[in-house]
Amino acid sequence: MAFQIFTYILHKDGVVDDTAAEMAAAAAKLDPAASVTAIVVGSKTDPVCSSLTASFKEVWKIDNDALAYPNSEVIRGLLANVIPKGSIVLIAHDHFGMDLSPGLSVKLDGAYLPDAVGFEGIEGGKLKAVRQEYSGQVSTHVLCDISGGAVITIRPGSFTALAAGSAGGSVVDKTGDALTSGMPGGKRRFVEVIEAEVGDVDITKSEVLVSIGRGIGEQENIEIVNELAKAMGGDVSCSRPIIDAKWLEKSRQVGTSGKTVKPKVYMALGISGSFQHLGGIKGSPFMVAVNKNPKAPIFQVADIGVVEDLIEFVPMLTEKINEMK
Amino acid sequence: MDILVCVKRVPDTAENEISVNGSGTDIERDDLVYSVNEWDNYAVEEAIQIRDKVGGSVTVISVGDSESEEVLRREMAMGADKGILISDGAFEGSDGKGLAVILKTAIEKDKYDLIFTGAQADDGAGQVGGMLAAMLDLPYASLVNFIEVSDDKKIKIGREIAGGQQEIDEIDLPCVLSIQTGINEPRYVGIRGIRKVASVEIPVLGASDLGIDQGLVGSAAAKVSRVDYFMPALGKGAEILEGSIEEKADKLIELLKSKGGIK
Repeated sequence: MAFQIFTYILHKDGVVDDTAAEMAAAAAKLDPAASVTAIVVGSKTDPVCSSLTASFKEVWKIDNDALAYPNSEVIRGLLANVIPKGSIVLIAHDHFGMDLSPGLSVKLDGAYLPDAVGFEGIEGGKLKAVRQEYSGQVSTHVLCDISGGAVITIRPGSFTALAAGSAGGSVVDKTGDALTSGMPGGKRRFVEVIEAEVGDVDITKSEVLVSIGRGIGEQENIEIVNELAKAMGGDVSCSRPIIDAKWLEKSRQVGTSGKTVKPKVYMALGISGSFQHLGGIKGSPFMVAVNKNPKAPIFQVADIGVVEDLIEFVPMLTEKINEMK
Repeated sequence: MDILVCVKRVPDTAENEISVNGSGTDIERDDLVYSVNEWDNYAVEEAIQIRDKVGGSVTVISVGDSESEEVLRREMAMGADKGILISDGAFEGSDGKGLAVILKTAIEKDKYDLIFTGAQADDGAGQVGGMLAAMLDLPYASLVNFIEVSDDKKIKIGREIAGGQQEIDEIDLPCVLSIQTGINEPRYVGIRGIRKVASVEIPVLGASDLGIDQGLVGSAAAKVSRVDYFMPALGKGAEILEGSIEEKADKLIELLKSKGGIK
């Protein structure tokens, strides 16, 4: 039996998000025979919908001026009105998907499989999927009973995007069905988006970044990293725990919830390498990881690894660079 | 404001290197240091700060075995007023939805204005809060990194979204919020604080105390189950520099020079 799969499309300013083609790839991997429908929710979504008809046989549109900003409390109610129970719904695992999806699985009475990074086939109504735990330190295989429907969130970047084909799809307006009992989700009201604070250094423009994570240990140790950055002619950036500890300004955070950087050289010092952090590094820089834990996930993605305590290694490196100059 | 915070006892990843055991059935649990889930600790701190500002109470609740009691006690030492441990062999093997059903049943026994969970825990799923809200038919917001209590009907919240931006919403009470790290600076808990609450009684509730439908919880009801653990292979893997620490530094400098890393 082929599954009915829906993929929720993220879009902004009339442009489809990169994850849409990844969701299409995930759907094809899950069940090549499935009929896949894209769902677009928003305001003035016609350009988005028509651009998707090249990749999807059917595009469902839920369009209303009140949907200009994606409020997941509203959208969950709309989706529950139109998606038949028993369907499989694929959603990108980002700040919106995490907000929308667990509750949607309850509304649709299906299984919930969060943050999948791979699919390995279906055995007897159960999807075998790959997830990660402990910030990516270990992977797991999970079985998810999808026979009664499921909501599955997919980690962005984990499926290779499917090139737009010539699906010749059609757009179906589902706005009436979705809004059949008025606009849902009124108990949470969107107010505004506050833009990221501007810091003293714009790390998105840095060619050399010396980035620190939890492994720095103490706030006082940041000084040795400042010295290294100075010697290399680069800037200091960091991963999330440093921001949480308020040791550096938020504007220096690299990651999906921070800045997206594209340096030529990226030094990851005491950074374990969570996907949220790696998601903020683009342009395939030359990446050096220094970490005393040889099993840190960062060593899987870095070009060069140094298994040492950064507190010892960094001052030595700085001294040698300064001597050389 | 009566606030409930759901907390979980997890291996402390700041203290441990997590690896897979020989047979791949579990992580290596020998010598692991356990602690309260980091996100939950921020949630408890936030709850305490709100209570101290506007009055009310903070209750911490955990589903787990008897060892989860130490985590509840730790959070009570921080300042939570009450702890509840939910423990029953029948709950073993529950998936996220099973856990949400258990918590929902416990929550319905009392009245809370705010229910917090951490934004995620050790398994990175981030699912229980959103499910709980849907089951209780309450509004929900995830990744909350700012809370301002405006009145007793609604509050103002900030959510961490992409690229350092923050989404501001207004949300009616009661509601369920998942709390992101960095929302506050959790207070330090000393050994004296723990001693103070060492003899406070923490009620333990099982399936029959809660009157829970056992068909909805435990491994039999779970639609999602873990098969095995393995070490991830994300990329081709780094070239690991060998030699003494000095030799490693020298090799690295040569590499950095060739890649434009030293200006």
